[in-house]
Amino acid sequence: MKINGKSENKSLLRFTTAGSVDDGKSTLIGRLLYDSKSIFEDQMEHIVQSGKRLGREELDLSLLTDGLRAEREQGITIDVAYRYFATPVRKFIIADTPGHIQYTRNMVTGASTADLAVILIDSRKGVLEQTIRHAYIASLLDIRHIIFCINKMDMVNFEESTFVKIQIELAALVTKLEIEDAQYIPISAKYGDNVVDRSENMEWYHGRTFLDLIETIEIRKNKNPYIKRFQVQTVIRPQTSAFHDYRGYAGRVAGGVFRPGDEVTVLPSLLRSKIKSIDVLGKTISETIAGDSVTISLEDDIDISRGNMLVSGDDLPKISQDIDLMICWFNERPMKPGGKYLVKFNSNEASCIIKSVKYRMNINNLEYDFENTAINMNDIAYITIKTSKPIFFDSFKKNNITGSMIFIDEGTNETVAAGMIV
Amino acid sequence: MKTQINISDEHLKELEAEAIFVMREVAAQFENKVLLFSGGKDSIVLVHLARKAFWPAKIPFSLMHIDTGHNFEETLKFRDDLAKEFGAELIVKYVQDSIDNGRVTEEQGVNASRNKAQSITLLDAIEELKIDVAIGGGRRDEEKARAKERFFSHRNEFGQWDPKNQRPELWNIFNGRKNQGEHFRVFPISNWTELDVWQYILNENIKLPDLYYTHKRKIFSRNGVYLAWAPFMQLKPNEKVFETDVRCRTIGDITCTGVTLSKADSLEEIIAEIAATRVTERGGRYDDKRSEAAMEDRKKEGYF
Repeated sequence: MKINGKSENKSLLRFTTAGSVDDGKSTLIGRLLYDSKSIFEDQMEHIVQSGKRLGREELDLSLLTDGLRAEREQGITIDVAYRYFATPVRKFIIADTPGHIQYTRNMVTGASTADLAVILIDSRKGVLEQTIRHAYIASLLDIRHIIFCINKMDMVNFEESTFVKIQIELAALVTKLEIEDAQYIPISAKYGDNVVDRSENMEWYHGRTFLDLIETIEIRKNKNPYIKRFQVQTVIRPQTSAFHDYRGYAGRVAGGVFRPGDEVTVLPSLLRSKIKSIDVLGKTISETIAGDSVTISLEDDIDISRGNMLVSGDDLPKISQDIDLMICWFNERPMKPGGKYLVKFNSNEASCIIKSVKYRMNINNLEYDFENTAINMNDIAYITIKTSKPIFFDSFKKNNITGSMIFIDEGTNETVAAGMIV
Repeated sequence: MKTQINISDEHLKELEAEAIFVMREVAAQFENKVLLFSGGKDSIVLVHLARKAFWPAKIPFSLMHIDTGHNFEETLKFRDDLAKEFGAELIVKYVQDSIDNGRVTEEQGVNASRNKAQSITLLDAIEELKIDVAIGGGRRDEEKARAKERFFSHRNEFGQWDPKNQRPELWNIFNGRKNQGEHFRVFPISNWTELDVWQYILNENIKLPDLYYTHKRKIFSRNGVYLAWAPFMQLKPNEKVFETDVRCRTIGDITCTGVTLSKADSLEEIIAEIAATRVTERGGRYDDKRSEAAMEDRKKEGYF
């Protein structure tokens, strides 16, 4: 891992937190906000009052993140909650997700937009099945940075040996899951040890505090600059006197860099043209990179519509109707083998049929189940689908945007699964 | 002119790109689209983002204002001017009409507000005009129920929000499919904080109503919140009206929008003030102080 010095531009770090009800996840977030002075007076007053109503004896920072009435009453997190805070160095978006197995789908949702995952472990319990599950989901969603917070160190007398034992177990898991960058921090979220301030109780720990680490960890947003992808969301045709012939393709760069003059290939038509200009509100810009929302116009007048993609270079997406993917099933109604669903990807849609299930993942021990392949809510599985028309895509590992899709049940319009193309 | 301070450009650029992406998805996935425009800074930022998303074409949404009749007057002029400047169609629906035709029973007493009644007027307008999407300036950092909100938020045929049964939202793929009579609320600036909004306004040089800057105004104090005084507001016996330098931190219905004592007359000063404040933006919103889950309840009923 590279550690940056203080950057001049405040960057954005999106991270997700996973851990069970009792691991102190909400307390960690509460502590982070509290110690970084991101909790406001009126919010504090709310926490104090809610705590009194619920009969809590000590200040319960977890009440800050539980937004819905049912969550506060039951003391659980039901849904993904988003939290925001900033330090002079960085701005953070936290996707706080419930950790219990029945909420695997929420964890997958929270992880889908995260650059980094924080996984909490109760130092008294060590590596549990759920720890394996959380780490697996992070790796499945291609999160390359994981911080393992070994929490409740106060309950084990801040002993180094407990921490080291857990760290060794985790390191083996990290190797197995091929996680690029893993960090381990002993903390006590309840008392604040190593969260924002360095712990006086664990002088044997010489690493960074949690806040220091998330402030400085370097994240590569443009994962592969050579895979050039631009997805067309909508076509801009003003048809006004000033812009009579203007025809621009509005969308977001999903990978790489585009410049005026670049040769591009349009998918699925395979027609070729050159970029004439890249426009943003009356300004023409000389370069656009992954993540930017821009409007591109081309030299030639060719037929391009929503769902098409502009690509460049030699590394073109695959085009096929048969697709292998890992899915996470979200819906209470099980997946119908041979069933028809709608898939949505890159501002594009197609019908598909579930051809086969290769295996179901046992996410508590990372074993493949080839026998029992019925797919229920929260299951993760390797499946093959056939789409109604050829679609163009990359593998999810290569490009998270052009390699992902969601499944929709056309009867209910619900999003029933997330898919990552293998 | 003051020199422009480019605070945290990089993260604002990412938030802007995300919001524009969402706006374009709305344009492509829906038919009858409105942008809920209150005259407040968040909705003004939305209009700016919409211009950026579709330039050089016009904004493909109508602007819709749900007018409680209890406005800061300056807001209405600003609203009309802005719609004219960008050639956007403006739809105004009045809570007073809903009261007159019996759809809304007006709250009585000193704390009476038409804030909650707006939901009924809004839902009636959505039904009448067959609107299938309404873009709003709601942000997740504003309030704890809003922290659970999706970018594309489904509303059933009664206009209700079911927070416990929301569609999962992954990556940048937004599912706007729905049945007849249902609609969506879309929140492009979900991930922005109050400070992000102000810094963006500064960086992009966006024009705001004067109410956001310091001005002299008659105010009074109620339960620790300074409220702007207007002739139709009832005062409690111990409440005294006085005039001082204030500015609005949010702009909404006058009966529930708290004002801040402030002499800030530039965006730079406002940003400095907000960065140092220890009270949230909605801390001055009287409508949220009614109960612990006031926002959650209003949102379920169809509020913004």
